[in-house]
Amino acid sequence: MSFPKTPGTGTPPMPSRRLFVQGVAAGGVVAGLAATGLSPRAFAAAGPGLVGAPQVLSSQDVQLSIGESLANFTGRTRPAITVNGSLPAPILRWREGQTVNIRVANTLQGHPTSIHWHGLLLPANMDGVPGLSFNGIAPGEAYQYCFTLKQSGTYWYHSHSMFQEQAGLYGALIIDPLEPAPYHFDREHVILLSDWTDLDPGALFRRMKKLAEYDNYYKRTLPDFLRDVRRDGWAAATADRGMWGRMRMTPTDISDINAHTYTYLLNGTAPAGNWTGLFRRGEKVLLRFINGGSMTYFDVRIPGLKMTVVAADGQYIHPVSIDEFRIAPAETFDVIVEPSGQDAYTIFCQDMGRTGYAAGTLAVRHGLQAPIPERDARPLLTMSDMGHASNGMAGHDMKGMEGGCGASMGHGAHGADPKAPRHPASETGNPLVDMQSMATEPKLDDPGIGLRDNGRDVLTYGAMRSLFDDPDGREPGREVELHLTGHMEKFSWSFDGIPFASAEPLRLNYGERMRIVLVNDTMMQHPIHLHGVWSDLENADGEFHLRKHTIDMPPGTRRTYRVRADALGRWAYHCHLLYHMEAGMMREVRIEE
Amino acid sequence: MSRSPLTATSALSTALLLALSAPAWAQSHAGHATTPTTTTADTAPADGGKVDHSQMDHSKMDHGSADHSQMDHSTMDHSTTDHGKMDHSKMDHAAMGHRVPKAPAPTEPLEPIPAVTAADRLAAFPPIDHGAMEHAQEIHSMLLVNRLEHWDDQHGTGQAWEASGWVGGNINRLWLRSEGERSDGRTESADLEVMYGRSVSPWWDVLVGVKQDFRPADSRTWAAFGIQGLAPYKFETSATAYVGEGGQVAATVEVEYELLLTNRLILQPLVEASFSAKDEPQHGNGSGLNKVEAGLRLRYEFSRRFAPYIGISHERMFGDTADYHEAAGERARDTRWVAGVRVWF
Repeated sequence: MSFPKTPGTGTPPMPSRRLFVQGVAAGGVVAGLAATGLSPRAFAAAGPGLVGAPQVLSSQDVQLSIGESLANFTGRTRPAITVNGSLPAPILRWREGQTVNIRVANTLQGHPTSIHWHGLLLPANMDGVPGLSFNGIAPGEAYQYCFTLKQSGTYWYHSHSMFQEQAGLYGALIIDPLEPAPYHFDREHVILLSDWTDLDPGALFRRMKKLAEYDNYYKRTLPDFLRDVRRDGWAAATADRGMWGRMRMTPTDISDINAHTYTYLLNGTAPAGNWTGLFRRGEKVLLRFINGGSMTYFDVRIPGLKMTVVAADGQYIHPVSIDEFRIAPAETFDVIVEPSGQDAYTIFCQDMGRTGYAAGTLAVRHGLQAPIPERDARPLLTMSDMGHASNGMAGHDMKGMEGGCGASMGHGAHGADPKAPRHPASETGNPLVDMQSMATEPKLDDPGIGLRDNGRDVLTYGAMRSLFDDPDGREPGREVELHLTGHMEKFSWSFDGIPFASAEPLRLNYGERMRIVLVNDTMMQHPIHLHGVWSDLENADGEFHLRKHTIDMPPGTRRTYRVRADALGRWAYHCHLLYHMEAGMMREVRIEE
Repeated sequence: MSRSPLTATSALSTALLLALSAPAWAQSHAGHATTPTTTTADTAPADGGKVDHSQMDHSKMDHGSADHSQMDHSTMDHSTTDHGKMDHSKMDHAAMGHRVPKAPAPTEPLEPIPAVTAADRLAAFPPIDHGAMEHAQEIHSMLLVNRLEHWDDQHGTGQAWEASGWVGGNINRLWLRSEGERSDGRTESADLEVMYGRSVSPWWDVLVGVKQDFRPADSRTWAAFGIQGLAPYKFETSATAYVGEGGQVAATVEVEYELLLTNRLILQPLVEASFSAKDEPQHGNGSGLNKVEAGLRLRYEFSRRFAPYIGISHERMFGDTADYHEAAGERARDTRWVAGVRVWF
């Protein structure tokens, strides 16, 4: 088998569009590379037969070998980065309180690597971020990870080196609790969602820097304008176009990279492969959803089934019954379903931009499939979404606002609720900041763009509440406010307009309880992940609400969370959209004595 | 957005001026930071209490914890407020920070902070090699051949091109621009500009560099100063002033727009105007407005990178420039059909 040249141009090799969305049925890892020196056993574990049966490693002593393999999800064979020859990486299954030893060997040709255990509390030198936690793992070398599991729940692990996560280096990590879970289930399945591209991930990044709107084939056209004139009148339609035109932005910019580039995978299987998880009638089935996508928000539902969410980011919550949830990259949700009445149900996971989907089946036996729903209509961003108007002011109501958005604020902002953010001085006159929010809110009860009023019960942050009280209890002693900033066209992303390369570390004092305030000054949605410690999301009243490791920040939001700085060391703090992180939306958080 | 409202037309007419006063464009959204009605009260750390607002007596409201010293009433615009229509029944008092204190939160953590051992310190700050973190490349590049076309008019055929490229980071870039035309197998005009460009605001770059004319004959070298960027309403705009040998001062303004008929079928109108300060009969240039080109090209993006097009282009010379060219047997007005390709790498 010949090894295909990595395309350097970032042009997707386009099979038919249908094939791109659906992928191929027998997709998966084709073979390890002879040069990687993996054991034949690891090869055997890979192979096309991987579909539906990920390897589970549950020993306290685990050997992981990172190498290059060939994968085929679209009809074309492409290089992938795998763990023990498998994509996704093997499921790691441990028990709370165990001390685990993981030897990670790098068999890549010429590239260092790393593994970060996402959401785990551990010493800084075990966190797996090259340059902060350790030196990374050089080719031909290995790193011995050793840490004690202080928590339980559904987590995941992935590379923290360049774009290796996009190339396939991610897997599920399950920690069984010492105490029985506060809910009953008869059977469980891991549902790991991800986005696959046939492109070399580095070339995809270069493409974003040249033309960030490459994948946006949904911009509003002249016929759309004429339709809006007929529907809303000339004045409203031109006011709306004028508003977006003055901002030089487009309301169809829902995600930077979509199904024109990606094939979405569920447990490493494209929709055509119909990954199937089995159940028996009457059973309670625990589904451990993990979003391992590099750049993709998924909106997940199982037509015909209510889902009861029992944990978020590995931590128990008061059970909440819903029809649908949006899962940001790096988040995990545990949900319980009770399938009965049908032999098969579709787990339908459309991307937030409605350009494609990942899908699998829950069935009483293999070979069954339920209908796959139509994707929802594509949403349009409104000025209100972007924090450019207070609630209730729809986009075209703003035509009276001379001088563009935000020149005047509705009286709705006249309250003690700090809707009008104060922007850091570093955003002023900054060529890397193309937008600022005018009126932000926590929006904890907002289902989000494209999920409002869709006739389904949609999960919100507001609806999830930790099952336990604030374990620390203290009020935050101080507050740090950071704004999420960026420039869509330059594809430059940052906190406070300062990209990682020129940013100073954010310093916390060991033992302190502090509050982080995030304000989204961009039109994109960002999942923000702080390593090493929990991010305890506050409700709108500033009270402890939901313990998470990744806080999703839709456009136009201001959200606050508490941090207990009880982990000494240097920690990564970043947007978990991989290309946003690499483009600068990252900080070092240093917890010092 | 509170960016100074700038219409497309004023962008055009002021573009040249702005080339000389570019820093004015450096203001980004600074104005947003201080927009009116910032009545946010900096409350002291929340007490975490909850109140039954149905029983609320406003006379007992505790404003003591609110810091109003930072309120700037002078910027509050109540002129448009109709207080008669205010509906206080829907006020969310919970969100207003008017909390009644209840049992204070503990000052010591319920879950004790672990004492730090020497081993903890070693694990927390291991020695890290410089450069252990790989970073995505910061220097990128792009070459756009916006027009590469064959043209056909009543008097002959020829080819024309216009391309631009950049190498650099987010702020500082090296720009290359080239434009030229061939007619009946002869290169009539060709130039190359090499410029340093710096982003001075989210949408505008200031450029300085040189332009080299290779044709017509006795090629000239110019010092070039310009701006380029995306004007409000998404007009791609560039304006450049040139100071050439012999003291000539010239300028070019170009504005381009993309009208989406579909997401792949795109109509691109473009206008380019050139000016000279001095009358130079030997170069065929009068003073003032020399030439205006207006084009309309319809392209189909088979991919983002490859889009063939057809179009029509009209060129008209003015004043002495027109006279000089007519005297040389050329036409002062010309309309051509064009067919070409737009590609980028």
